[in-house]
Amino acid sequence: MPQVSLTVNGKPASAEVENRTLLVQLLREKLSLTGTHVGCDTSQCGACVVHVDGKAVKSCTILAVQCQGAQVTTIEGLAKDGKLHPMQEAFRENHGLQCGFCTPGMVMSALDLVKNNASPSERQIREYLEGNLCRCTGYHNIVKSIEAGAAAMRGGR
Amino acid sequence: MAQNGIGASVRRKEDQRFLTGRGNYVDDINRPGQIYAHVLRSPHAHAAIRKIDTARAAKAPGVVAVFTGADMAADQIGTLPCGWGINNKDGSPMKEPPHPVLATERVRHVGDPVAVVIAESRAAARDAAELIAVDYKELPAVASSSEAVKPGAPLVWDDAAGNVCYDWHIGDKDAVAAAFAKAHKVAKLDLINNRLIPNAMEPRAAIGDFDPGTGDYTLYTTSQNPHVIRLLMGAYVLHQPEHKIRVVAPDVGGGFGSKIYHYAEEAIVTWAASKVKRPVKWTADRSESFMSDAHGRDHRTHAELALDKDGKFLGLRISTVANLGAYLSTFAPAVPTYLYATLLAGVYTTPAIYCEVKSVFTNTVPVDAYRGAGRPEASYLLERLVDIAAAEMKMDRVEIRRRNFIPANAFPYQTPVAVQYDSGDYQATLDQALKAGDWAGFAGRKAEAKKRGKLRGIGVSTYIEACGVAPSNVAGALGARAGLYEVANVRVNPTGSITVLTGAHAHGQGHETTFAQLVAEGLGVPIENVDVVHGDTGRIPFGMGTYGSRSLAVGGSALVKAMDKIIAKGKKIAAHLLEASDADIEFKDGKFTVAGTDRSKTFGDVALAAYVPHNYPLDVLEPGLDETAFYDPKNFTFPGGCHVAEVEIDPDTGVTTLVNFTAVDDVGRVINPMIVEGQVQGGVAQGVGQALLETCVYDGNGQLLTGSMQDYCMPRADNLPNVSVATHVTLCTHNPLGVKGCGEVGSIGSPPAVMNAIVDALSDYGIRHIEMPATPQRVWQAIQSAKPAKAA
Repeated sequence: MPQVSLTVNGKPASAEVENRTLLVQLLREKLSLTGTHVGCDTSQCGACVVHVDGKAVKSCTILAVQCQGAQVTTIEGLAKDGKLHPMQEAFRENHGLQCGFCTPGMVMSALDLVKNNASPSERQIREYLEGNLCRCTGYHNIVKSIEAGAAAMRGGR
Repeated sequence: MAQNGIGASVRRKEDQRFLTGRGNYVDDINRPGQIYAHVLRSPHAHAAIRKIDTARAAKAPGVVAVFTGADMAADQIGTLPCGWGINNKDGSPMKEPPHPVLATERVRHVGDPVAVVIAESRAAARDAAELIAVDYKELPAVASSSEAVKPGAPLVWDDAAGNVCYDWHIGDKDAVAAAFAKAHKVAKLDLINNRLIPNAMEPRAAIGDFDPGTGDYTLYTTSQNPHVIRLLMGAYVLHQPEHKIRVVAPDVGGGFGSKIYHYAEEAIVTWAASKVKRPVKWTADRSESFMSDAHGRDHRTHAELALDKDGKFLGLRISTVANLGAYLSTFAPAVPTYLYATLLAGVYTTPAIYCEVKSVFTNTVPVDAYRGAGRPEASYLLERLVDIAAAEMKMDRVEIRRRNFIPANAFPYQTPVAVQYDSGDYQATLDQALKAGDWAGFAGRKAEAKKRGKLRGIGVSTYIEACGVAPSNVAGALGARAGLYEVANVRVNPTGSITVLTGAHAHGQGHETTFAQLVAEGLGVPIENVDVVHGDTGRIPFGMGTYGSRSLAVGGSALVKAMDKIIAKGKKIAAHLLEASDADIEFKDGKFTVAGTDRSKTFGDVALAAYVPHNYPLDVLEPGLDETAFYDPKNFTFPGGCHVAEVEIDPDTGVTTLVNFTAVDDVGRVINPMIVEGQVQGGVAQGVGQALLETCVYDGNGQLLTGSMQDYCMPRADNLPNVSVATHVTLCTHNPLGVKGCGEVGSIGSPPAVMNAIVDALSDYGIRHIEMPATPQRVWQAIQSAKPAKAA
């Protein structure tokens, strides 16, 4: 079986995988990073979004072996020294989550949006989230959270 | 109000773990030595099983075991039970066919489990399942309720003639006939309540674990009610006593009803773990969820409303055919009967109501309660019918509602369909919603839209629902095979912190916060000193779980009752410490005080004395401060409200855009406004999904055409506007908190509001009704069909 070595949340990681092993399976099953979730099998739901080399990627749609040498950031890598990232804090403050299952993917997608558009409008946020499904919130508070998170990140830099 | 007590938008305690990827969902759990199950499912809607050959699969790499229904039968494994019996019009019981865990002789829907492969990895199990040879003889299938009731239709069950499970009714048929005989006008409507697939974001999962040393089973499962699963699985399926089974439902990623029921896979992994002596994990693919999670709705209804010359409702006559799918899911029979027809009075004084419901079997996935469960079906047909009636009478849609509302001074109000509403103020709720939704300014917005070539419409619904299921004696009389109380255990720790063990279960509702607010309010302790534990039969005394918006009304009431016991005992302890009489002790803001003095003991002092009873009335009082309460509700609660929807339709494409949505709901006392608002917004999104986007489609042979998220249209962020939510509170009169429930109101009130708005937008074309979901194709076709009429 191939060996994959990569950097996950700033730390080196390495595992033996099958050729067909997906990145999300590597993260969840080999590296015990279960914050990244699997909500569908057709790349529709976005619960598995992580950052690979700085880009938002659905980790159910990329093979682990494609990530040889990559820098991967998951939801577990956002909070620093016990302090939530401003986007995570915004989700908490604005009740942007209920069951929590879509949340890691939502937060990782939100950060990708804000990276490219520091002050997205409500409409831009709604359109950007077309690849992330939430069944609990009706999106209203997710949109508010991302607006607030983006504002906090602008203020913090 | 205590800080962080009742009425405060306290930020949720559970969010820290969810936001940092530290949630603990079933698939996140891995047990030592764990192996994986893959369930082989029927590709046919209806077929006889001639033979299942598992020999090749058993020899495949990594395979530990392959089991079929024959193996389960050899162990005397039972069938999946149904928890609610309904009687026919003549009093005879419904048809209740067996629901095998693994099918042995026949498969009855696409997705029906036939075998399970257990292997060292998920992939190995899946690969091996492809090597199982099942010799099927395909049989004719019925895929819809309209086909199922046709003479000569194929039978799902040989002994259920006409595919009828039951033919039930409620109300006074003769009184309704008399009302129609004297009617000035009769409004009629045929409508379909479209079949939905719940699609909680977390797919179902289960891990069975067995300890050969003790004979103890543990099941980790995505359940809304772990004690119910333990009871059903233990007593009916595995025939194991409850003390040998622990069921854990840890963090659960949404339920919406679909995770209430006892599913085959729970029994499979629990039993299989004892066979292979290793923990066995099964996690559904989304495709499996589509073909194995209980679906929702699926009614076809003919409705008639008799009116007098002033637009007062005289009588309502309803005939519904409900599709139950191939087997009876746990609470399925109750949904199109007692959760549906008992709500047909709505918020109106209709004096005579008669409803008959024929529930039928089809070769489709079982149908059971999905967010709202029966009540969305009732409110949709009623609120569409009221709009039709207004058109027939040439009356204003708002005015006809006002004229028929149950007045605010008429409570308690006994309806003609068995239930008694305790409180509400429908005029006030309507007023508030019309104002918030700027109903008065609509004409201007419509004119402006017209300039842009868009058809703008506005719709209103004034709905009611019944929550807080249910008084056990009433539920029992109606066919429930369980009690429907709730349980709370308040465990005061020696240093005064508190652990609450609740039988309710949160899967997004935020009970860890809301219930802690009740404790902060009731016992005057800081909220951070309160932990709320749910979802583990090994820790929690008992519980019926969370569904039907019951957690706060029933579980919260149990918590209040347990806190009352804590306070009563605390007063006795404090009286001893303060050398006063019990009757003179007052408890307020976390302090026990001798009335009229400044002599007091803190809650922590009393807790410590209870556990370190050096100075304690041991001769009259046991040590410890730990109380359990069972609360059985006295009545249902009746949340209600008014939803206003505004849409714009592009007549060239049929695309409907929901542009404004306003909800004003009466959910009783609000404990956490932020959470209530979130619950309503989420419910509205599911209701809007039903109205505009979602529908489950089977082809004529029973193949599921909407079998993935690529085919089944889930609401996305850009399908929805911001949703304006407000409350208008009247208190529930029969529970200690005055709460009614907020989990389902959004999905109940919104579909008719949206559809009424669409029909309003299309009124120039003479279109009087359009079925859900109002897809662009459906709306465009309706416009095309109506164009000649408009031109004429």
